[in-house]
Amino acid sequence: MSTAPQAVALPAAGIEDAPARRRPRLGHRAKRRLSGTVAFVLGTIWLIIVLAPIYFMVLSSLRTQGTYVTANPWVPTGGLTGSEYSTVFHAGLGGYFVNSVIVTVACVLITLALSLAASFRIIRRTSRLSGAVMRLLVFGLAVPIQALIVPLYIIIDKIGLYDTLSALVLTMSAAAIPVSVLIMLSFVRDIPRELIDAMSVDGAGEWRIFASLIVPLSRPVLATVAIYNGLNVWNNFLLPLVLTQSNSNAVLPLGLFKFQGEYGIDVPAIMAAVLLSVIPLVILYIAMRRQFVRGLSGVAMR
Amino acid sequence: MPTVTDTPTLSGPDVALAKRSPRPHQANRPVGRGAYRSADLVGLLPTLVLYGALILVPIVIAVVLSFYNWNGVGALKFVGASNWSRFFSDSIALHSLEVTFLLAGVSWVVQTPLSMALGLFVAGRQRYRAVYAALYLLPLLLSTTGIALMWQALLDPSFGGIAWLGTHLHLSFLVQNWLGGSSTALWTIVALIAWQFVPFHTLLYQMGRRQIPQVLYEAAALDGVTPLKQFFYVTLPQLRYTIVVSSTLMIVGSLTYFDIIYILTNGGPGDTTRVLSLDMYQAAFQNTTFGYASVLAVVLGVIGIVVALGLVRLTGFGSMSSQREGVA
Repeated sequence: MSTAPQAVALPAAGIEDAPARRRPRLGHRAKRRLSGTVAFVLGTIWLIIVLAPIYFMVLSSLRTQGTYVTANPWVPTGGLTGSEYSTVFHAGLGGYFVNSVIVTVACVLITLALSLAASFRIIRRTSRLSGAVMRLLVFGLAVPIQALIVPLYIIIDKIGLYDTLSALVLTMSAAAIPVSVLIMLSFVRDIPRELIDAMSVDGAGEWRIFASLIVPLSRPVLATVAIYNGLNVWNNFLLPLVLTQSNSNAVLPLGLFKFQGEYGIDVPAIMAAVLLSVIPLVILYIAMRRQFVRGLSGVAMR
Repeated sequence: MPTVTDTPTLSGPDVALAKRSPRPHQANRPVGRGAYRSADLVGLLPTLVLYGALILVPIVIAVVLSFYNWNGVGALKFVGASNWSRFFSDSIALHSLEVTFLLAGVSWVVQTPLSMALGLFVAGRQRYRAVYAALYLLPLLLSTTGIALMWQALLDPSFGGIAWLGTHLHLSFLVQNWLGGSSTALWTIVALIAWQFVPFHTLLYQMGRRQIPQVLYEAAALDGVTPLKQFFYVTLPQLRYTIVVSSTLMIVGSLTYFDIIYILTNGGPGDTTRVLSLDMYQAAFQNTTFGYASVLAVVLGVIGIVVALGLVRLTGFGSMSSQREGVA
């Protein structure tokens, strides 16, 4: 708190310091280097905290149940094998994987199509309607999905979709709509009105404008929303837990949980299963890191 | 897909709206209203139907159901406010509410400074920091289930990697039943949630820092302002928007946190890690008391809304333009 009064005099500080400039400058540089070193050390410690558990998981997945308990868990010695990977793949993980792909792709496509179309209609409309729709969406955004699992379970059960992949697709798409529309809206709104009007004057219908102007121009925001929603759906645990039951309809996060129930003591198998489930995301991350990062943060930074 | 002609119900509000809408808007429209209306129906209706049926209707159901007793199969029984009065005298539920707030509060205190420091760190120009930034994001790729199972193996008191380190480096405090001990379970959960979410918030702060115009720092440096003071008088005020967004997501997220706790401790030992969302889940799907679970759901929902709106209000967020202040 003692720094506050000095800051008030901030604009004058430069003038007062001018005569004694040379020395503090050198001091500054040394300080800079020191703080850079401290930052490096602390940053590296966090890096170790991030990587060590993942390294442990990778190493453990390459053990067998026997060597897992006997070998040093942090050093890759004492016999490594990939046998657990094929074990878990054949024990049902492949099926969970396919389910996850189906649900994620369906959800992403539905969300993108619906949200972009809705955003387009909102900007083409009177501010009154847009305002009402916006308020409705923001309201839904503030309600945590955890609070809705009981009614969602009841609705899904009543319409006969309990324990189906469709139940997951519908609920997760609905949950993704508010965020998606709000992100897309802020993007679509910036598309120059003149472009739309020009097409309109040339006699293009609303859907021509949408298909040949809005969709191509919105590609960056579509990528952002697709990655954000795709990640959320791929990793969602709660809705599959509540809305599905049988192994044949389990998606990966739930499947992993079921694995732990069955293979509880076979840690290498569980670690292998976790790693297999994350492979598609790692590939995507490496292949398109920039879009990925934008997809992760774009939601908060809209 | 419904067309204009077969949905007379929707033309009602539409017509009313057209009458009231200001003239200039209509003047801008070269296309007739019919084309607009059909496009609106096709473009907006599916979204509103899906959203309405699976988000808005559930909200109503949760509120209504909280006044009924229902075991999932039999008939609904109206019980007035008795589920609600039960909540206010239910020591387990009230305790879970306490744990929920404690978890959210501690999570915010732990994660915010850490994320901010790391975000500012990786926003630096040095090339190695870009590599660090890319690696920092790795936890975001793992599902919560994956993270839970990974840490379960690591924290295992007999065969886990952490206990091994404790034994071989003679750090006996590391050999603990982290998730099974009543004094450590909640703090372990806090640490795991931080491990999972600090990367995301680091990313937010990194981007927030990148958006601060460099001229502000140059001006401050010219005036001889020390880096520490630059942090307090340039960085921190300029990050206000990021802090609001990050804190809101962080607090609402931890208030509704469920997955890791359900998988790793299921509320235990005792009810030291039993949070409200878990209490609600068990009331509904283990005890099949859907009415009472709805009370807990409504409480959870109201907390989420109040905290989100409260944080936005409290911090004077809403004038988005101020985010860019200082830029010509």
